[in-house]
Amino acid sequence: MLQLQILLPAILNGLATGAVYALVALGLTLIYGVLHIVNFAHGSLLMLALYGVYFLYNLLGIDPYLALPIMVPAMFVLGYALQRTVIATASHGREENILLVTLGLSIIIDNLALYLWSADTRTINPSYAFETVDFGIAFIAVPKVVSFAGALVITGLLWLLIQRTDLGKAIRALARERQGAQLVGIDVEHIYAMSFGIGIACLGAAACLLLPSYYAHPGVGESFVVIAFTIVVLGGMGSFAGALVGGFVIGLTESLGGLFLGENLGKIGVFVIFIAILLFRPTGLFGQRA
Amino acid sequence: MRTPGLLVLLVLVALAPLPLLVHSDFWLHFAIMTLYFGLLGQAWNLLGGYGGQRSFGHAAFFGTGAYAAAVLQVDFGVNPWACLVLAGLFGAAAGAVVGALSFRYGLRGSYFALVTLAFAEVFRIVADTVPFTGAGVGFQIPLKQAVANFQFHDKPGFYAVILALTALATALAWWIENSRFGAELVAVRENEDAARALGIDVNRTKLWAIVLSGALSGFAGSFYAQYFLYLDPRIAYGVEVSVTALLVPLIGGVGTVFGPLIGAVALRALNEVSGVITGGAPGLNLMLYGALLIVILAFVPDGLVSLGARLRASRPLGKLGHA
Amino acid sequence: MSHSRRSFSRRAVLAGAGAASVAVIGAPAILRAQAKSVKVGIIHPVTGGVSYSGTQGRAGATMAADDINAKGGIKSLGGAKIDAMLSDAQSKVDVAVSEIEKYNEAGVSAIVGGYASFICLATTQAAAKHDIPYVVDVGTDDRIVSAGLTNTFRFSPGYGVFVKTAVPALKEINAAAGSPAKTAVIVHEDSAFGTGTAGLLSKELPGIGIEVLDVIKHPTPTLDFNNIVLTIKAKNPDIIIPANYYNEYVILARTLLQQKVRPKAIYSVLGGGASQYKFVKEFPDAAKYIMDCNHWFNPKNPAALDLKKRTEAKDLFYTYEVFLNYTAVMLLADALERAASTDRAKITAALASSTWSGHFMPYGPTKFENGQNTGARAVNLQVQDNDIKVILPPEFASAKAVFPMPA
Repeated sequence: MLQLQILLPAILNGLATGAVYALVALGLTLIYGVLHIVNFAHGSLLMLALYGVYFLYNLLGIDPYLALPIMVPAMFVLGYALQRTVIATASHGREENILLVTLGLSIIIDNLALYLWSADTRTINPSYAFETVDFGIAFIAVPKVVSFAGALVITGLLWLLIQRTDLGKAIRALARERQGAQLVGIDVEHIYAMSFGIGIACLGAAACLLLPSYYAHPGVGESFVVIAFTIVVLGGMGSFAGALVGGFVIGLTESLGGLFLGENLGKIGVFVIFIAILLFRPTGLFGQRA
Repeated sequence: MRTPGLLVLLVLVALAPLPLLVHSDFWLHFAIMTLYFGLLGQAWNLLGGYGGQRSFGHAAFFGTGAYAAAVLQVDFGVNPWACLVLAGLFGAAAGAVVGALSFRYGLRGSYFALVTLAFAEVFRIVADTVPFTGAGVGFQIPLKQAVANFQFHDKPGFYAVILALTALATALAWWIENSRFGAELVAVRENEDAARALGIDVNRTKLWAIVLSGALSGFAGSFYAQYFLYLDPRIAYGVEVSVTALLVPLIGGVGTVFGPLIGAVALRALNEVSGVITGGAPGLNLMLYGALLIVILAFVPDGLVSLGARLRASRPLGKLGHA
Repeated sequence: MSHSRRSFSRRAVLAGAGAASVAVIGAPAILRAQAKSVKVGIIHPVTGGVSYSGTQGRAGATMAADDINAKGGIKSLGGAKIDAMLSDAQSKVDVAVSEIEKYNEAGVSAIVGGYASFICLATTQAAAKHDIPYVVDVGTDDRIVSAGLTNTFRFSPGYGVFVKTAVPALKEINAAAGSPAKTAVIVHEDSAFGTGTAGLLSKELPGIGIEVLDVIKHPTPTLDFNNIVLTIKAKNPDIIIPANYYNEYVILARTLLQQKVRPKAIYSVLGGGASQYKFVKEFPDAAKYIMDCNHWFNPKNPAALDLKKRTEAKDLFYTYEVFLNYTAVMLLADALERAASTDRAKITAALASSTWSGHFMPYGPTKFENGQNTGARAVNLQVQDNDIKVILPPEFASAKAVFPMPA
């Protein structure tokens, strides 16, 4: 029953999806690590990005991978604007309200999408969508292979940004010590918004990599928000390495869960892990103990 | 500011004769759905408003009550009215399970919100898999209109039931405002550690709150099942119920007796207005709800119920120096 | 023609509600008999998981309403036009039920549609609360017509008839090739129609010498069939039997092709994409040689072919949702003619006693027993030469089955 013939492709598929999940979670963990915001709208914004890639393909004929230089900056700008205008003002800085404000945002975005574009699932059909790469023991769809590689590359770039640039230094300083950062002249509001923007820009990249093997639908946000949070909590809030490892773990859980428990029950694995982590080890695998 | 018991009683009594004055099915349905929202919102309010434990997964209690009521009457022949009571018990039990785990492990704030969301999803997935709920096929209660079956030929019967349930919930909220338990609950909300230092058993207080909240949610679930005669995992445990449960009190005014009722009226009215304007396009009313939530959080954080007090406060000072 | 139908809006309900609360003593009977229009509720899931089918269904229903009105409306009602009040079930039962309630408040005389079994089960019951006659367009779950609802009528067959047709047909096709097929895997969507069909098939297949290796269920929507296809690959069945809706059917078929899983046959029973011109046109490689037991029009009837031409002229594929909805509305129109009234009870009685034969389906005249048209039949089809051909029963067949699938 546990033939390698079906187990190996399932594992490879899970790792490929996991890499993209990691990219989604990276944005979330950055936002939490710096702003201490539990961004409930993260899934909805990913959904928006997926629609963006969909329309770029359908209306302008732009291949999703070629849409990266459009989507990433666009989502960055959206994120920056949201933090600077809506989130910062509506929450009055109260942490308990930030979650609610981002919840409100997610409700608005999800239902705006439903209203504008209806609940039909939107898929794109580029020529390579159903082609496979023959790995000997498994055929893996081309889009999955590309998304795996792409996610790793972008994660690397993000790491470089945070570790090797002045902006990254400012972000790290602010994350560690807000008042100190202010004292050395860092424009707190601006850097906050930059961090949020970068976190959302990750979603733009993830959407480009994801759409060829996935779909756009107003409800996608809801599914992703829990997956993203599970990975972030599993990996430890604010930890990059954690988000990466967590992403792979969750991708594998989803794929193997579906294989062994069926398409309906298989989805339970992620939530069970989420609850278990929250209850027993809320700081996650790589997080600092509070 | 405590709500006077007399006021609560007056409002509820005034609502009672509505079906004698209004004959239109459309308006009766509006009244029923408003009270139903009010019930759901009041349930959340007990835990999230007075208790400060904001759950994002109240559907877990609602759905459990709904399925319990449906399955027990159809598959086990239990009297549907008895199922209403049992639904409350099942909802309370679900609350106890979620509460026991979450509070025992010290989950608060955002973490509590997220874990309740996860629980609701787990329940949904299980309901989608196990055969007795009908799984993906859904669960239908056969049409057998008779008062003994908790299925009325027309709306006034349903109105009476939902009014009674919402009145119960509202009375419970009033009791919390005036009881020792309520005082302890509010103390826990304001500062958990200080409350503990005062000798309050924090976990037990929170647990009682979630159990009561779960019971009321279970009643709401049973009512839904009888009014619509159809359930499936998405209806019972989906995000829409959880979001409605928290939107209603947040918009109306958390931690107040009338907040959930006012919030319910606001949301249902918004629903109807948006329906007239757009012809019922999907998504629009929820979108407006979300926008209203953000507006309230930004400008009227204590909810619509506080508007009256704020308007009074902003009037120029009268003769004796008070508004 | 657009004045004959409109989107069903809140305004209509409020108008109805206002009228209902004012009109207490009825107008004199003479004035009311000459109604200018007959309000018919037409409900389909035009958005959501089964939106493609819902949209096709709505197109078929509205074409029928337009045709009737163009020919002068309901003559026994003085030329009253069909006022088609369209609504969207959003592929959700609770929404659909609310729409039925709104139809009642607006005073419709009858309702047609629903499309999906999971929707029809609830909407027929909701309509029964108010005794509104309801014509089910597709909804193959047999519980729809066995719930004892006297207001419900289904013109086309349910999955019971399909299984009873599909299983002996498979036996015949298998035998003609020397019975090479001995095992099968059933893949079904998890709502009423898929679960019911799969259940019946599992019971009947062993009787013709086919062992059911596995029954795999999935939700609608499902966008990734990798795991399911891997499981099928591991079991290596001779026949794969899908019963699901259009989107999932297509993805399953394409994934099977992608993962190079080629069984002796893909034999669907009520396969969502199998007998769909859209699928054949867009993915000819994945669609080749797929067999199906499904709804189909009489290919020798000129009216059916004429409707096909007109549908394709509108840039729509001629799918079962289109012609089943067309005939459902025509059935209702015939009942309206005979009832000569917009009264719900009279229309229900007219439907129950219907012996209509003015349709282009391969059935005889209608005969309703407990709401099911006992004359309704299923047909076997196969995709050959980029076209969909009837392979059984012989009186309507235009080709022979190709089995097993060539490598």
